[in-house]
Amino acid sequence: MLGPVNDFHLAQVNVGRILAPLDSPQLADFVAQLPEINALADGAPGFVWRMVDDEGADATSLRPEAEDDLFLINCSVWESVDALKAYVYRSDHLRVLARRREWFERLADHHSALWWVPAGHRPSVREAMDRVALLREKGETPDAFTFRSPHPPPVTAV
Amino acid sequence: MSSDDDALDALAALGDPVRRGLYRYVAAAPGDVTRDAAADAVGVTRAVAAFHLDKLVDAGLLEAGFRRLSGRTGPGSGRPSKLYRRADGEHVVSVPPRSYDTVSRLLAEVVERAGLDAELQAAARAAGEAASAADPVHALRERGYDPYWDCGKLRLNNCPFHALAEQFPALVCGMNLAGIEGLLAEGWSAAMDPLPEGCCVAIEGPDEGGEV
Repeated sequence: MLGPVNDFHLAQVNVGRILAPLDSPQLADFVAQLPEINALADGAPGFVWRMVDDEGADATSLRPEAEDDLFLINCSVWESVDALKAYVYRSDHLRVLARRREWFERLADHHSALWWVPAGHRPSVREAMDRVALLREKGETPDAFTFRSPHPPPVTAV
Repeated sequence: MSSDDDALDALAALGDPVRRGLYRYVAAAPGDVTRDAAADAVGVTRAVAAFHLDKLVDAGLLEAGFRRLSGRTGPGSGRPSKLYRRADGEHVVSVPPRSYDTVSRLLAEVVERAGLDAELQAAARAAGEAASAADPVHALRERGYDPYWDCGKLRLNNCPFHALAEQFPALVCGMNLAGIEGLLAEGWSAAMDPLPEGCCVAIEGPDEGGEV
């Protein structure tokens, strides 16, 4: 990893539109697995923080698009790209990810974004949504990118 | 020299049966391998093993490093041992030229965009079930997973879909897990339990610690 490891952390946002309301039978398996999969993240190496709603367990009651009650967001901060990647693709989280099409609409455009934040910074819903918009508008840049072409953290002058 | 020539040079090093046996042993072994262990496994002297192992390093198929195995340091702790492991990188050559990797990338891209994860997993599971055998260890070995037992769990030292899995992890690892689950006989189970290297699926057999 380039740059001082602790100066910048990796923020991640993922948005998606569920195929049915959270309390519907179709989403039951997804909702049932959330506590376990969130606990897995909380305990994963390199995990820093994840966005939660007022109830504090997860982000399922946040609605980044006010008019759309099926539009969900998840956002978190990690020490490095590798730490996030290990959790997303190399843990039991993959089991949930592999069933994404049972629960979430397929979005034609970018639905997730990565960017670097100063260590200690906690992204807001607005900030996270702006990064997705940036990726959709400009493609991969150091300000909003994906696992496909990860950018190194900014280098700070010592 | 074309990349085909590079690949041919690397693979030509495996023409010798002893060398091929040594390569297979080191590639399948979890962790680093000493000259003594490799020599024992293939049934040759240490000197013969050393010669061929170094040829495999020259060909870029293995990597070598030195480490003291005694755990001691300083004077009197002995010379560090030369250790071998499978090198990163893939060598593929086809005559006449075939580009299945190009096709697999395009297909994966389309399947991902179309959101056909469930369909792909169903197909992988069905293919696994069709090939399901009483001895999953043998079946996994035949498919290039390099399985080995560790503390009662069957680990897979190699990911046969490595490059594609790097590019389309959700799609390809989901497909892989479904395929392995289909392949497993009654009483076996697969879980995501990654080690730093190899396939992240770990498998448990029907009887506790039933090493074969």
